[in-house]
Amino acid sequence: MTITLTGISKVFGDFTAVHPLDLTIPEGSFFALLGASGCGKTTTLRMIAGLEEPTGGSIRLGDEDITGLPPHKRPVNTVFQNYALFPHLDVSENVAFGLRRRGITSVRKQVEEMLELVELGQLAKRKPRQLSGGQQQRVALARALINRPQVLLLDEPLGALDLKLRRQMQLELKRIQTEVGITFVHVTHDQEEAMTMADTVAVMNAGRVEQLGAPDELYERPRSTFVANFLGTSNLIEAEITETEGEYLLLKAVGTDTALRLPAERCAVEDPQAGGKVLVGVRPEKITLAHAEDADTGSGKGSADNRLSGRIRDAGYLGVSMQYVVDTPVCPEFSVYEQNVERDARLAPGAEVVMRWRPAHTFALDAAQDADAGTLEDSL
Amino acid sequence: MSAPTVSPSASAQTSPAPARKPGSAPLRWLRRNAVVLAGAASLVYLLLPNAVVMLFSFNKPAGRFNYEWRTFSTDAWTDPCGVADMCGSLALSLQIGLLATVFATAFGTFAAFALARYRFRGKGTGNALIFLPMAMPEVVMGASLGTLFLNTRVAFGFVTILIAHIMFCLSFVVVAVKARVMSMDPRLEEAARDLYAGPVQTFLRVTLPLAAPGIAAGAMLSFALSFDDFIITQFNAGPSTVTFPVFVWGAAQRGVPVQVNVIGTAMFLIAVAIVLGGRIASGRRRRQA
Repeated sequence: MTITLTGISKVFGDFTAVHPLDLTIPEGSFFALLGASGCGKTTTLRMIAGLEEPTGGSIRLGDEDITGLPPHKRPVNTVFQNYALFPHLDVSENVAFGLRRRGITSVRKQVEEMLELVELGQLAKRKPRQLSGGQQQRVALARALINRPQVLLLDEPLGALDLKLRRQMQLELKRIQTEVGITFVHVTHDQEEAMTMADTVAVMNAGRVEQLGAPDELYERPRSTFVANFLGTSNLIEAEITETEGEYLLLKAVGTDTALRLPAERCAVEDPQAGGKVLVGVRPEKITLAHAEDADTGSGKGSADNRLSGRIRDAGYLGVSMQYVVDTPVCPEFSVYEQNVERDARLAPGAEVVMRWRPAHTFALDAAQDADAGTLEDSL
Repeated sequence: MSAPTVSPSASAQTSPAPARKPGSAPLRWLRRNAVVLAGAASLVYLLLPNAVVMLFSFNKPAGRFNYEWRTFSTDAWTDPCGVADMCGSLALSLQIGLLATVFATAFGTFAAFALARYRFRGKGTGNALIFLPMAMPEVVMGASLGTLFLNTRVAFGFVTILIAHIMFCLSFVVVAVKARVMSMDPRLEEAARDLYAGPVQTFLRVTLPLAAPGIAAGAMLSFALSFDDFIITQFNAGPSTVTFPVFVWGAAQRGVPVQVNVIGTAMFLIAVAIVLGGRIASGRRRRQA
């Protein structure tokens, strides 16, 4: 069922955890709330569950206003961080808990089916502490899903698992969501996790939604520096708009005469004017790197590309790709990922290079914001 | 050809005795079992008085004092209530012990939840004051409580003893239950509420079972303390309310009857049975799981 949050907010003392927030989560979607710790994503989830009373605003489930309902009267279930399995009950009683509380006595068949779904049939009589982290995670999922909730809330459900298991459970969760077809709202700080699983991601920062959209939309067209940096890596160049040319904006990197181009629709600034300042961004994997000696060969087909010259400072071998850090006059640490297909041996630290990328892979953001928002340096 | 024939004999000479540390066999054994021996010695130290009590419950003393071993007899065991007033005092102690346990456990559990879970004005003070009865010398507590009853003209007797016992048991229950509640994950109750359990169901199905070990520990401690208390009881008892410890103290002036040892032994054996029963039950649960 569709969840509609209208002007929902939460204030703890003098700390505003969630600023008035409007959010519509469509029925049957896998929706992720993504953000760093303390951004208000868990508080938002807990308000939907009824475990936290909103300071203002309303929550609707379908057409019903559930803002004032206590948690046990909401057709919503939660998979808690660290699972919160009942230690005094065995696996099957943990799973049966919700059914029993609603007065259903013949639970056996349903419990068996549910444990089958999460592949835990043979562990029904174990106590939670006798299970591994991954198994506990599945029990928590089964315990919530057996109630056929209208909405399933997941609070960092994979946070306690190691990387390999996490990858496996990501696919598993996605499979189960497709199978049962109910709305999943998933809170995570892991951008990869959010992008792998969710249909729609809301990126939250300091109690506000920065941007909402499909994972590729967020990644390809971030609308703030926070989103550009928090989802993957972005290279940002300070630039000034020189003129508009049809559907394109022409720009010049600040302090140099490096010319850049991008489609006007990929600029997050409303009504961009000549003379306005923006941050021009490009993702590291969109860039092709060529040694300065070869820079002009084959330029015919890429003459409209954005070009930037610099010197390789660092090169790292990552297996599937090479990661280069290039110093340029417009931006000190330009990040470039190159596929490991045909490596040019000359591309070593110290080499003069030319970077090239298509205008269609370029985006522009309002320059009036912190260019480091959402990066690791920002959070330290 | 000589080498192969020589080597077996050479190895036969060196192999059977790898170099050993100096010291005789008993010393080595001692070194290896020192921890076990120390543990056994402390257990003996703890249990020896009980063994003596048990042994002397089968004595047939010559005079009024049961201090010297004479002959084996089961007289006291076959007639445990043969001493005037003793079983009456035992019944009184059991009554007070059970009532004090029920009240102290109930109040103490409420207090522990309040102190562990909620924020309110005076919480810090409350936490500190709860420890006071445990730290205060019993003589002081007994005497001051007695003075209070005297000044408020409350008649000394069953009720004053019960009030005194509930008071000093309360702190122990609060401490035991609070420790347990503090270690409980509040998310478990949130999970219960999320899974359609209302406030009452959440308390009965999740909170109470999880806090139960702490509550049980508090209750057992309460009963043991109440049953055993002499000093505070002495200050707050009336002339006709003689609890078991008060009776034993009085009897000791004139000569302790063997039946006191019988009661002591019986209490000890019951306690051992409860502990063993709990062990076996939890062991079975674990195996089943």
